Amino acid sequence: MSNLALFPIVIPLIFAAILMLFPKKLHMQRTVAIAGVVTTLASALILFSKVNSDGVQAVTLGSWPAPFGISMVSDMFSVLLVLSSTIVTMFVLFYSIPTIGVKREQSFYYPAVLFLMTGVNGAFTTGDIFNLFVFIEVLLMASYALIVHGGEKPQLRESIKYLLVNIISSALFVSAVAYLYSVTGTLNMADLAVKIPQIEAVGILTVIAVLFLVVFGFKAAIFPLYFWLPGSYFAPPMAILALFGALLTKVGVYAIMRTYTLFFTMNTGFTHELLAIIAILTILAGCVGALAYFDVKKIIIYNIIIAVGVILFGISQMNAAGVEGSIFYLVHDMLIKAALFLLVGILTVIFGTSDLRKMGGLIKNYPVFGWTFLVAAFGLAGIPPLSGFPGKLLIVQGGFEGTHFWGSLVILATSLLVLLSVVRIFIYAFWGEPARIKTINRKHYLSMFVPTAILVALTVVLGAGAELFMPFISDAGEVLLNPSLYIDAVLKE
Amino acid sequence: MRTNDVMLQTATKVVTFIILMFAVHIFFAGHYTPGGGFVGGLLTASAIVLLMLAFDIPTIKKILPINYVVLTAVGLLIAIATASASIIFDVPFFTHAYDYFDLPLFGKTSLHSALLFDIGVYLVVVGVTMTIIQTIGEDE
Repeated sequence: MSNLALFPIVIPLIFAAILMLFPKKLHMQRTVAIAGVVTTLASALILFSKVNSDGVQAVTLGSWPAPFGISMVSDMFSVLLVLSSTIVTMFVLFYSIPTIGVKREQSFYYPAVLFLMTGVNGAFTTGDIFNLFVFIEVLLMASYALIVHGGEKPQLRESIKYLLVNIISSALFVSAVAYLYSVTGTLNMADLAVKIPQIEAVGILTVIAVLFLVVFGFKAAIFPLYFWLPGSYFAPPMAILALFGALLTKVGVYAIMRTYTLFFTMNTGFTHELLAIIAILTILAGCVGALAYFDVKKIIIYNIIIAVGVILFGISQMNAAGVEGSIFYLVHDMLIKAALFLLVGILTVIFGTSDLRKMGGLIKNYPVFGWTFLVAAFGLAGIPPLSGFPGKLLIVQGGFEGTHFWGSLVILATSLLVLLSVVRIFIYAFWGEPARIKTINRKHYLSMFVPTAILVALTVVLGAGAELFMPFISDAGEVLLNPSLYIDAVLKE
Repeated sequence: MRTNDVMLQTATKVVTFIILMFAVHIFFAGHYTPGGGFVGGLLTASAIVLLMLAFDIPTIKKILPINYVVLTAVGLLIAIATASASIIFDVPFFTHAYDYFDLPLFGKTSLHSALLFDIGVYLVVVGVTMTIIQTIGEDE
């Protein structure tokens, strides 16, 4: 099957189109949406085993020869991300059935989620920089629909900001692509990786590389371009927020990782140095936000920004430890962020508020929920043997082996602040004087808690079984560090 | 004050058909010459919008009882199905097939699988454009 790489993109698209035919039939919407995600997950698993056994899978659309047609490339890195994003979407879907509300479900919520999935999986798979733009637009369109979905007042206010920021960054993206094309004459990523080292005008390429950093930085929420994120992500309901927090910024991070390892490597002394500095500033800025707020949603939202910084710092080191650490941490972060948002979502449902100061004493009524939260919190901070640990360890090691030992020190120090920020939620919400809680029936609670708990359990498996997953991670790192594997797969059919 | 729109309405009744015919022409002109499903769809949508301007939305809904969201979905499905046919033949996605046929009246004609894809695009464009315009128009 030469088209296997496309299955995780096409399947959600087909299911989304089918779902648009009968928006009002609630039961059918849920069933078909779940069927869609499960089928996508199955196809992603098959693709994963194929990539694992046969190496990089590349297909160039329309049977055009490689640099001219649009290539779709599934290497271990991209397939790992496709797999984790599909898993996250699946659990968020299970979580949104009891929480999102019938009205939203009947106005194209599920098609929007599946379209988002098409865009995300497409962005992870594409091997063409303009096609990357197209898929990012697909996922942005779906995210515009999701962020205003329901039309509450804060959603409408924040969606205007979100729209403006993204339209500006998309316009910049097209200009950056145009600059790149005028200098290199190609947009196929593998072909770019061949052509860029032959071009002597390093100056203009460096400018283009930084321009791409700005463009992807808007999506990934790096310092100082993250200003739109805390407000916009705060507005939509928790299931949508979990999807956004786990997937959308990661597409930007992925794009930076891909472009900065595959072809923008002509002037690493400048571009990667810049990336390292920005990454550290991003971590610091995120920490300030995570500690400043008493709102559980805001705390986790600022933790997204911290994680982006940590991942980008690893990639800026360009050595095996740093890159593998970044990949591991990226996969970990998608799972743990989704899990944390869902946990915090349950908290806000129970207390009826997201303000920490109005919470307390929950451990008596919900002990299992409390300890699950603590495990997820420790996982986020990277306490061994949980999933945050191996990634962070490798990133820190990468920093010490590279030239930025001070960055590693910052990451180590800020890990404590991350821990503080999430343990604060635990202390306020679960300890102390019991606050007034809403009575929610057992079945409703379990329908929210079970998917969340499974997701947390998955992160524990990822952390405790890190030894099992490391071969895949180092495979993925191998392709990033050794672009010729990627280039050969695309250009030599 | 009620405006006198006899002129507009009378002209629209003729012009709509001219636009629709032109849309069909542009649609089939695609592939080798400028045109195709996207422009054809936009022209068709503009014809319907002209009708809505000259008359009013309820009247047009009565003569064209189309659910544009469903139209979009059907268009999407046709487009994906055409592209996915390549999966069955195990050639790269979006690979198209074409051949020349001797058709009565038309003579030697080249038929493309891309035409099916374009029908999908056409339906999506009409569906999306009309959904947007109707949503904005009805808000008043």
